[in-house]
Amino acid sequence: MKYALLIYAAEKDWVAKSKKEQEDVYNEYWAYTTELKNSGKMLSCEPLDPTPTATTIRVRTGKTVHSDGPFADTKEQLGGIYVIDVKDLNEAIAWASKIPDARSGSIEIRPLMKLPEM
Amino acid sequence: MSQAERTLDRLFRAESGPVLATLIRILGDFQLAEDALQDAFTVAFESWSKDGLPVSPGAWLATTARRKAIDRLRHLKIVEAKRSELELSLRLDEETFGFPGDLEVSPVPDDQLRLIFTCCHPALSREAQVALTLKTLGGLSIAEIARAFLATEAAIAQRIARTKQKIVRAHIPYEVPDRESLGPRLDAVLSVLYLVFNEGYLATSRDELMRVDLVSDALRLARSLSALLADEPEPMGLLALMLLHDSRRDARVSGEGELVLLADQDRSKWNRTQIDEGIRLTENALGMMRPGCYQIQAAIAAVHAEAATAAETDWPQIAVLYDQLLHYARTPVIELNRAVAVSFAVSPAAGLSLVEAIAERATLEEYAPFHLARADMFRRLGHGDEARQCYARALPFAQNEQVRRFIEWRLQ
Repeated sequence: MKYALLIYAAEKDWVAKSKKEQEDVYNEYWAYTTELKNSGKMLSCEPLDPTPTATTIRVRTGKTVHSDGPFADTKEQLGGIYVIDVKDLNEAIAWASKIPDARSGSIEIRPLMKLPEM
Repeated sequence: MSQAERTLDRLFRAESGPVLATLIRILGDFQLAEDALQDAFTVAFESWSKDGLPVSPGAWLATTARRKAIDRLRHLKIVEAKRSELELSLRLDEETFGFPGDLEVSPVPDDQLRLIFTCCHPALSREAQVALTLKTLGGLSIAEIARAFLATEAAIAQRIARTKQKIVRAHIPYEVPDRESLGPRLDAVLSVLYLVFNEGYLATSRDELMRVDLVSDALRLARSLSALLADEPEPMGLLALMLLHDSRRDARVSGEGELVLLADQDRSKWNRTQIDEGIRLTENALGMMRPGCYQIQAAIAAVHAEAATAAETDWPQIAVLYDQLLHYARTPVIELNRAVAVSFAVSPAAGLSLVEAIAERATLEEYAPFHLARADMFRRLGHGDEARQCYARALPFAQNEQVRRFIEWRLQ
């Protein structure tokens, strides 16, 4: 069963961290990702550049409308995604709760939708 | 409903949880399991009304429902693999029992645990947990759940459908949690059962009589959970707590439908059988030496139950128990209850100073029992004006009709 673990965290908290603190978080992520990879359950790991680099577009009446920034202005922003293949939701919850940002931000666990073979 | 129909209805409700639990495991599908069981009920209703009850109604229903599930799958012409698996398991049973025409499959107790832990999975909202538990384990109909929670049938039906869909699509496992996570997972199950109990217990006005059924449903579920997890003290503690509260049912509302305070209740109306069982269970649970929230609350209820008159209540003991309860859940409500116990164990003035201290840290302005507790302490101190002020502040926040009438009576 495949799940996406969506990591939401406040970017302003990240910016407020000292160099040393940021390094600690990187190290924690490194250790976590290594553990996940070695378990053979990680399908992908995609950290995202922060939202000031985001562009949101909408196509309305055939015209593409661009806007600078993320889709929604929220307290926590999507910061990265892991895709994992595990037994069930319990195992997904167990992995998600070990993500460093689970302690300050939130992790949304979404099953991947099964589509017929294309 | 005729007498016979009522008997069958009660029987179906009692058997439905265990049978459904086993069916869901075998079929791996909530909806198919429910539909098949419904088919089996229809057959059972005709057959049992005519020929009388079988020796083991649960096994009879489980067996018939399995056959009906195969019929349904055949009819739908889908899930080839699943069907052959089912037929295989039926054949296996036949071989074991040797009576192809008369095979019996009994519900498996572990399946009920799997079902209750699935229904109360933390990934589901509390409302969803409650509705699904009552529907599957409690055997209540959508209409009954809707009446009990003062919601529309459409809303409850939708809530249950969405919940089942989430279980399937998010792949919530059908299993009993391992030792390591049993504690927190069990807490969720216990609070669902206690919520169901309180919904029924706290609603006593006549137009809400339907909800009283929830008390017996909650008791039935707590009883089976405590039997299934016999070496866990908290389910036993919860069952004891429910029994001890419910033992006062006939005494806590007067003939005119007014709420009667614990101190003013006619204790001869308390249900002695329930009290005896509740006290015995409390002692057994505490004897396992792993105390918890429900066991301590049951112990508090037991101390009240053991007092022949309100004046004989062992308040120092109750105050100590509330102290212990605070180790598990430090909430303003428990602190308030402890203050009330102290007001009797020591003095109303000592209780009042605790209450004032709580008010400094927490906002209980909209919590009627807070004002009622203060009011009562002032009243006992002979401070009539302050007492009346507190009663007046409680009035807009009265939890139900009885409490409102009680406050108005005090204000007169």
